[in-house]
Amino acid sequence: MAETVKLTINGSPIEAEKGTLLIEAARANGIEIPSFCYYEGLTLQAACRMCLVEVEKTPKLQVGCTLPVAEGMVVHTESEVVRQARKGTLEFLLTNHPLDCPVCDKGGECELQDMVFRYGAGESRFTERKQHVDEQQWSPVVFFDAPRCILCYRCVRVCNEGMGVNALGVANRGVIAEIVPNHHDHLECDECGACIDICPVGALTSGIYRYQTRPWEMNHVGTICTHCADGCRTTLGVRNEKIIRGNNRDSSGINGEFLCIKGRYGFDFTEHPERLQSPMARVGDGFEPVSWSKALEIVAGKFAAVKKRAGRFGVIGSSHTTNEENYFLQKFARQALGTKNIDHHRSGDLTTFVDALTDRANVLASTADLYTAKAVLVVASDLSQQHPLLANQIRANVRHHNAHVYAVTAGPVREDQQATASVRVQKGGELAGVESLRGKLAAEGDLVILFGDAIQGESLRKLIAFGDSLGVPVKYVCLVDYSNSRGAFDMGLIPREGGMSREQMLAAADLDVLWVVGANPLKSAALAAKGAFVVVQDLFMTETAKRADIVFPAASAYEKSGTVTNVCGEVQKLKAAIKVMGAKTDLEIFGLIAKEMGPEVVKTVGIWSPDKVFEEIRKTVHGYDISVPVIATGGAAPTMPLNGRVAALPGTVASAGDTLFTSGTLSRYSKILNSVMESPGGLYSVKESGGKGSAS
Amino acid sequence: MPTKLYNEPSPLETRVLSKRFGLADSHTLDVYLANDGFKAFLKAHEMTPAQIIDEVKASALRGRGGAGFPTGLKWSFVPRTSPKPKYIVINADESEPGTCKDRLLMEYDPYQMIEGILIAGMAMDSHKGYLYIRGEYRYLLDHMDKVIAEAYSRGYLGKNIAGTGFDFDLYTHSGAGAYECGEETALLDSLEGKRGIPRMKPPFPAVAGAWASPTLLNNVETFSSIPVIIRDGGPAFAALGTPKNGGTRLVCISGHVNKPGVYELPLGFPMLKAIYEVAGGIPGGKKLKAVVPGGSSCPILKADECDIPMDYDTLAKIGSMLGSGGMVVLDETTDMVKFALRIMRFYAHESCGWCIPCREGTTWLRKILQRFDDGGGRHDDVALLGELSKNMLGRTFCALGDAAAMPTISIVDKFAADFEKRLAGSAKSQLVVV
Amino acid sequence: MNFSPQLEQRFAKMLESYPEGRKRSAVVPMLIYAQDETGAITEELIAEVAKRCEVAPLQVDEVVGYYSMLHRKPLGKYHVQVCTNISCMLVGGTELYEHAKKKLGIGHKQVTSDGQFSLEEVECMGACSWAPAVEINYDFHHHVTPERLDQLIEAVRKRS
Repeated sequence: MAETVKLTINGSPIEAEKGTLLIEAARANGIEIPSFCYYEGLTLQAACRMCLVEVEKTPKLQVGCTLPVAEGMVVHTESEVVRQARKGTLEFLLTNHPLDCPVCDKGGECELQDMVFRYGAGESRFTERKQHVDEQQWSPVVFFDAPRCILCYRCVRVCNEGMGVNALGVANRGVIAEIVPNHHDHLECDECGACIDICPVGALTSGIYRYQTRPWEMNHVGTICTHCADGCRTTLGVRNEKIIRGNNRDSSGINGEFLCIKGRYGFDFTEHPERLQSPMARVGDGFEPVSWSKALEIVAGKFAAVKKRAGRFGVIGSSHTTNEENYFLQKFARQALGTKNIDHHRSGDLTTFVDALTDRANVLASTADLYTAKAVLVVASDLSQQHPLLANQIRANVRHHNAHVYAVTAGPVREDQQATASVRVQKGGELAGVESLRGKLAAEGDLVILFGDAIQGESLRKLIAFGDSLGVPVKYVCLVDYSNSRGAFDMGLIPREGGMSREQMLAAADLDVLWVVGANPLKSAALAAKGAFVVVQDLFMTETAKRADIVFPAASAYEKSGTVTNVCGEVQKLKAAIKVMGAKTDLEIFGLIAKEMGPEVVKTVGIWSPDKVFEEIRKTVHGYDISVPVIATGGAAPTMPLNGRVAALPGTVASAGDTLFTSGTLSRYSKILNSVMESPGGLYSVKESGGKGSAS
Repeated sequence: MPTKLYNEPSPLETRVLSKRFGLADSHTLDVYLANDGFKAFLKAHEMTPAQIIDEVKASALRGRGGAGFPTGLKWSFVPRTSPKPKYIVINADESEPGTCKDRLLMEYDPYQMIEGILIAGMAMDSHKGYLYIRGEYRYLLDHMDKVIAEAYSRGYLGKNIAGTGFDFDLYTHSGAGAYECGEETALLDSLEGKRGIPRMKPPFPAVAGAWASPTLLNNVETFSSIPVIIRDGGPAFAALGTPKNGGTRLVCISGHVNKPGVYELPLGFPMLKAIYEVAGGIPGGKKLKAVVPGGSSCPILKADECDIPMDYDTLAKIGSMLGSGGMVVLDETTDMVKFALRIMRFYAHESCGWCIPCREGTTWLRKILQRFDDGGGRHDDVALLGELSKNMLGRTFCALGDAAAMPTISIVDKFAADFEKRLAGSAKSQLVVV
Repeated sequence: MNFSPQLEQRFAKMLESYPEGRKRSAVVPMLIYAQDETGAITEELIAEVAKRCEVAPLQVDEVVGYYSMLHRKPLGKYHVQVCTNISCMLVGGTELYEHAKKKLGIGHKQVTSDGQFSLEEVECMGACSWAPAVEINYDFHHHVTPERLDQLIEAVRKRS
């Protein structure tokens, strides 16, 4: 038990851990000490002076955000002198503030507005000319309006300390001091928008959200980002079936306030003009819209016929669809179509991973573990590019707990900035690189090892053997690419028990039916079976869809409910934010095909409601017997899918090598991801592959 | 040929620190050695660090940069046994309006300061010093570079100084125009290559200063006072001044006096005597209106408050400060509106912008004073000036906010009549446009 | 970017004077000494100083805007700095500055069309007891009267 001290705030006795900052001790006891510059998790500034309080026996007002509590301290936060000081400081703050609240995006959720309302004067005594600077656009994402800025330095700190990007600074001094971007008149950065969200006023606004709406006119829907595998919670602001913004200001979810550009702004693919809104049927070389009933009739008829004559099916699922959809799809394929040819784009070798760790407890690292582990080893991954949340967790861990970071990578990575040791290796040399760190790693209290797709098969087993041999507790993360890559594996979208892999299906000349759900395998490969009947469910006319006989317009993750499993094996719940006319969820499409195929098939596959399917998953998928209340309340439930030996699977395991600005097919249809000038991976990435719109 | 001084000395001075001023080539090692140079250093070499610090404590020397913190006490805060390197930083960022003495100490008697630095180095177990000189004093940077080169070549810097086995390296470091860098922690940030923004305290520089290592920071004059303290003993130096206000200091007298200049006077020297006898009184027989006692940051004194001894405690008692030794004399013709405006223009220009009250307050005050001086003053401006200054006072991150507030509060309080007079004479004052 | 051998020598010594791994400490002095040679702080100079001091250009950029002696635009060959702070103001500094404006035909921080002179009203330069004071480039001039200022300006004009 940590040492506590007793103090008095506003006459109430309070106990707090020794060393706690007064502002935190007060807040923990329901007493607000206002502040702009103080921000939990970031360095102290003592710059805004809003948190000045009266501490008895000290000659002048004390700074609540930097003063540690002490035994016997007597504090007044609402005395006349304190109130007068706040009023005075706010009056100063407003002297050069434009007071353009009626046209400011921040209006309604502005901390300055709230603060002035609560603590400020009714009118200003300032009658001089205000300092004016014109608004600047720093990137497609970031706009800066200097006069609104109160110089709390939150943006600078979240960029430098939080993101490790160092793209913002302070220029000039005195009253003309202002925030500046790293390239004179523009930003070259992650374009994550953290600076915008953290801005207490409307100084930093986003190119996506500005002048669109008022915060109170939106519905706010908390769901899970559909891009990378990290599973960040994003709260989508929705008005009239249109997503207007994404953020996570309520700190719900595993990511706190963290989001990257994809989670904050990469939702605009949902309204891309090329979005499919009707089933399409091949007519000659082209496509024509057909009714749902017609399309379903054609597909069900074909499926039934091929099944009847014991023809060959191939089913390729998605790394973005829900666990319920993935589970249902593989059940449909295995039980209703009678095929084992089921696969998805496997971007990490989970097969070997779960096999190698079978029957072990406490070996799967959670997202939270990355923030608390004493040491973290990153092998063969450009983490900041491909797993922004995991990288952020590690940076915060270094900042707050002095964790040690080690990187064994092919080229420079952002983790090097904080690394205790970085080792550069050629492909294939990863294990040797890891071995060279043995002495250092064995001296750590505990360790999390994250590894990319270069570690697969035998080398994955060797890496785990290496971890076991260190003599310290080690947990692992097998890195995969997309929002439900992990779930797709766990739900069984894999060619086990002798099924064909993705590559084998594409290469099989005698394939009768290829059913592709939310994937684009034909972007980089040809389909050998010229006569195969191809059914595709997707948002867009992808390369694969263009080969289809029937294309169903599918709903995106932002338009459906269900669950997804992130890279650390944590299950979270999606919540539909919008409806897109004409599109249906993949689960509903599966159900409608089943229904069209007849009652026998319906009986086999079961009811296609997400809740019912989830119940079945909890009962039948090993390690998925998770707490319903946890996920129902927006939490992340860990899974333990270490379910015994999985025989080696055919086919390849390869990450698409997406960067901060790409996300497979989705990024091809995101205006914002395509508008940022940073070349994909140009900042830090070592990967040459994975340009905008890589396969998957 | 004796070196020509910027001003004639006064017979009323007690020349201890400035005793070599005026000697031919007083800045050279040979002249220094011929005039008691390095005796203190050799004496200190025979003393323990604790004895050195005790001697400084006994001298009642208080920091000459402006804050007046007891030097011996400050020295005792530096953890001598810390495994980290310890640094000595010399604050030669002399920028407080009214102050121009450190220049002379470096120009005429640089070895005195160097000897003081070396003694501090022995006391702190420090072997590296950085002389932070304001950028405007380029001639002094060049001058000090030459002096330091001479000291190295003669074995008074570098390895095994004067055969004592003590090593010390001293480097000059140029500022580039920022009053705020006179604040010791802002100076450290500047020394580290950053914007001169003051640091949060604690940790104090004694514990984590330059490059997060224990650091002793003192003003040029403070270091220059050390050799005589060690050589003649702390009590002897103390005895020159008054209790708790040891020694002499260089007082820079400027403004409306017949013989402005820098004069070395003992602590406790009568202010009026300094004005009327040392500095030759006010030109044209005009009456004294006010005195800024120790640089522009100090609350101003009305003529009837000036019959006092100049020591830290007396000035504190009457609500002002002895500051950095910059004494500005104002005669009866001085327009206090213009004077207040000029002071506020300075602080608004020099505010680093870090904290809200100083950044916004200084500029707002400047704008009000400018409007007032331009003839657009209003009756409630006087009260507003005082209130806004009080909203800065004690609430800013560093002392710059106080430095801007204090003179303003005292001026509008003590010379409200000057403001009223300007209002009466202003036609515009009738038109209140909000 | 290359500087004169003397300046290169100064920079080499400068970078050695700070503790190991603390090259950033040289940013401010390097900028001001380089500015004296190059005339102004250009983007190229910022990048160069950043490289030499092992920091990001943004970190140098932040510093440039902070210090009042660092200039992004070239000053005149002779930069006339007139102090008008209190000690100088009381004994004619303001009038001296007004005189300088007229004499040079330029205002605060402006440069004459021939590039010979620039003018700046500066804050206290530490010459209070010998006021009013003027600094031309780095040369101090004390007890300056308007007539004396004219002479100083004429003298440098002749020199160039």
